[in-house]
Amino acid sequence: MNALRRNVLKGAAGAGTVAVAVAAGLLKPNLAMAVAPRSAFEAKNVGDAMSAMGASSPADSKDITVKAPDIAENGAVVPVEVTSAIPGTTSIAIIAEKNVTPLVAQFDMLGGTEGYISTRIKMGSTALIRAVVMAGGKSYTAAKEVKVTIGGCGG
Amino acid sequence: MAEPMRIRATMSGDVADVKVLMNHPMETGQRKDAKTGQLVPAHYITTVTASINGAEVLNGGMSGGVSKNPYLGFKVKGAKAGDKVVVNWVDNTGDKNTAEATIG
Repeated sequence: MNALRRNVLKGAAGAGTVAVAVAAGLLKPNLAMAVAPRSAFEAKNVGDAMSAMGASSPADSKDITVKAPDIAENGAVVPVEVTSAIPGTTSIAIIAEKNVTPLVAQFDMLGGTEGYISTRIKMGSTALIRAVVMAGGKSYTAAKEVKVTIGGCGG
Repeated sequence: MAEPMRIRATMSGDVADVKVLMNHPMETGQRKDAKTGQLVPAHYITTVTASINGAEVLNGGMSGGVSKNPYLGFKVKGAKAGDKVVVNWVDNTGDKNTAEATIG
């Protein structure tokens, strides 16, 4: 499914509730439906994934903290915590740069949700874990290297 | 059929700390079965949404790169004890699950 079709479908099904939410000030109209398209999750390299989710050249930011172990003994379960202190953070994406499909997860913060996400990811090999944050229509990034001793993506 | 999912939501100050544990194999579609040598078909959660008292607070997408039995933690400002948190997921086979909890 392409991005346009996805938005059109979502628009048709959710127009009523969205209009109400926008009127109530709960959602910012241009960002209400920003979850990355499936093509971003299926992209085979970091650049394609980032451009598919509309963040082709994010600026480095010290206001993003990527918390992950320095060394992961088991690449199948790597805890990752991303905190964004950038005001108006609307979305956080987690990218494991060397994975076959680097974009692992992406979350839109709606309503009063803070710029924080905590999860566990798989890593095929030692790589940078990159967080991409969207705030005020701009994209920001920060990364942390995690050394993996046993990969979690192969057999 | 999907196993139950667990949600724990607690207030710390004026921020609700929500932790969700989903039960899902999260197969990437790239792993080979050790016995047969065949690829294990992809089976992973593609979307996760969360709402508090009916208002959406989190809208997420995942690939097979999220660990088996995904854990998800997020924080919502302005929620109150007693508010109802609902979490839904849908996977790439169309299977879905939902769970709810009360913020304590």
